[in-house]
Amino acid sequence: MYRYDDFDATIVAQRVAQFRDQTARFLKGELTEDEFRPLRLENGLYIQKHAPMLRVAIPYGMLSTTQLRKLAHIARTYDRGYGHFTTRQNIQFNWPRLEDVPEILAELAEVEMHAIQTSGNCVRNTTTDALAGVARDEVADPRPWCELIRQWSTIHPEFAFLPRKFKIAVNGATDDRAAILVHDIGVQLVRNRGGDLGFRVAVGGGQGRTPIIGEVIREFLPAAELLNYFDAILRVYNRYGRRDNKFKARIKILVKELTPAQFTRRVEFEWEHLRGGPGTIPDEEVARMATFFVDPQYEEIPRTSLAYRAALADSRPFSQWAARNVTGHKRTGYAAVTLSLKKTGVAPGDVTADQMNAIADLADRYSFSELRVTHEQNLVFADVLQSDLYHLWMKLKTLGLATPNIGLLTDIICCPGGDFCSLANAKSIPIAEAIQRRFDDLDFLHDIGDIELNMSGCMNACGHHHVGHIGVLGVDKNGAEWYQVSIGGAQGLQASLGKVIGPSFAAAEMPDVIAKLIDVYVRERHEDELFIDTVRRVGVAPFKEHVYAAAH
Amino acid sequence: MPQLIKNGTLVEDRWTLLAEAYSLNDLPEASPVIVPLALWLAERRALITRGEAGVLLAPEDDPEAIASDVRLLPVIAVEFPQFTDGRGYSTARLLRERYLFRGELRAVGDVLRDQLYLMAECGFDAFAIREDRDAQDALAGLKDFSGLYATTARVPQPWFRRRVAGRAEPRDP
Repeated sequence: MYRYDDFDATIVAQRVAQFRDQTARFLKGELTEDEFRPLRLENGLYIQKHAPMLRVAIPYGMLSTTQLRKLAHIARTYDRGYGHFTTRQNIQFNWPRLEDVPEILAELAEVEMHAIQTSGNCVRNTTTDALAGVARDEVADPRPWCELIRQWSTIHPEFAFLPRKFKIAVNGATDDRAAILVHDIGVQLVRNRGGDLGFRVAVGGGQGRTPIIGEVIREFLPAAELLNYFDAILRVYNRYGRRDNKFKARIKILVKELTPAQFTRRVEFEWEHLRGGPGTIPDEEVARMATFFVDPQYEEIPRTSLAYRAALADSRPFSQWAARNVTGHKRTGYAAVTLSLKKTGVAPGDVTADQMNAIADLADRYSFSELRVTHEQNLVFADVLQSDLYHLWMKLKTLGLATPNIGLLTDIICCPGGDFCSLANAKSIPIAEAIQRRFDDLDFLHDIGDIELNMSGCMNACGHHHVGHIGVLGVDKNGAEWYQVSIGGAQGLQASLGKVIGPSFAAAEMPDVIAKLIDVYVRERHEDELFIDTVRRVGVAPFKEHVYAAAH
Repeated sequence: MPQLIKNGTLVEDRWTLLAEAYSLNDLPEASPVIVPLALWLAERRALITRGEAGVLLAPEDDPEAIASDVRLLPVIAVEFPQFTDGRGYSTARLLRERYLFRGELRAVGDVLRDQLYLMAECGFDAFAIREDRDAQDALAGLKDFSGLYATTARVPQPWFRRRVAGRAEPRDP
């Protein structure tokens, strides 16, 4: 993975010093609340319901075990002993003290981490495929490009005060595991007919209050032009994006108001001035970045591990886990393992400091001392020997990290919701738990198969409800918490937005509502048909009919 | 105490900023003035004849409007109505990098210490610090960083080019 050089370390250290000084001036009353707010946000610090919340960047989801141990230390020393992994591959601490934050940032800098631009109206952490570098369907490794984007966007002086936040995702595989079409910019690595590497560029996707699928504005951008093209897009947005209404300030609204064609013309005009200029990425720099993301020292293994096959045959719980939590690898004899952070009774994405340390030990032993955070709020060991899978599973089980539910109904994407977030209209964590408790029959869960249930506590959509096969949105009705349900959303290259099935429900009704949706699926499905495909085939009507039939 | 930072030090401001000037009648006698873009475009010839004049660009003003005038203008001021309105950063880079303006590029309005470094990177070399703030204190903001990654107006070569160039240079004996 990427390692800082002196220049990287200096920028982060200077940022820590700057924020330390800003915090001191704020506490002395030399900076007003309004002046300090954008500064603290661009350093990841929110003021939340109960306490400040600090969001730490995990660039494109890559973590070393040294970094994870530091996160454990921070959770224990400055927080209440846990952290929360987010849908943007970051981690949040919910209970730090404002005065401690500069010190936390200094500790993060020791392990080449920061919280720069994890909030605020600026370019946020770049996200990508959690299987980058090991996926079988990869066109090219997205991580060197992600790191180039991280550096380019870090304290980019022109774009520190955009109309609104700005999220970039990169996908390097033929399948899209980075949800690129619901980002402000989503780029897809592609090769043209001549075999040259480039990007397909989509702009203006997003969730939130106005969910929109991104528009492809360029089918092939030569890879070396990536940052020039980003400068062009960001400049058009910075100059013309709306600043009069924060709900209409995202780039998706500008793309829509200008029309994609007109927006594209402006971007291309800007790019003509920047093209081939100093921002063009030299081949040597691309090659240098790639050296940080080379394969680890894999063993040569001629065939699938026999011990693994035997364990699959012997142990049904192990084979159930392997069916859901183990993913194929580009190298024979290796696998990628997903650690489920969706155990019933634990807030989705939450990990304790003890677990973090134990996970770090396991990654040291079984996966080359690295791990990744997925945008579904789980963790991935990307390089595990198949012959180690059984032992790893045993150890993960004792840590409560082996729930065999990846991609299943209980692998719920969920924001912190009303329990923590001051923006939320409704709680989300207890609803997720109630649904998990209702679906506690593993065989039934496995029979239902792949399904994505995403839940957000408000229309800001941190829980990605618009692109959930089932989406749940917390809404406020006269001060009470209600839940609106949609179906038919999807991420990926066939991304679609869910359709609301009807009036919202009280919290206590939610497990029944989900159960009824599943009933209809089980009744209507063709053989081997996934939930989302059934919804696409039969439409919303049968689901709606069944869910509302008994209640009214 | 002067409120204007120019080229890294506090200086007395010779210029009168007239954000509300709509016609030549609104101008004081003789003193160097900075006038809004609309007045400059309407009275360009008269203003050049009159003597020293600069232009004030509002956030929504397109700097292309004065692209052919940059050699006639000793000062261009760019307004930041609130420091969170970042349009002026793009205006500055366009003036410096596309229209090759070489005169004084001045940030005016809600101009505060914590944004000075960013402004300087985008090409500003003068900063009219907000009246209620200590301009001496604000000077420190210019030193927040020793360099950034991206291409900027002040440092056109991004870090990935500078690092290679730096290595190629002979080391100290």
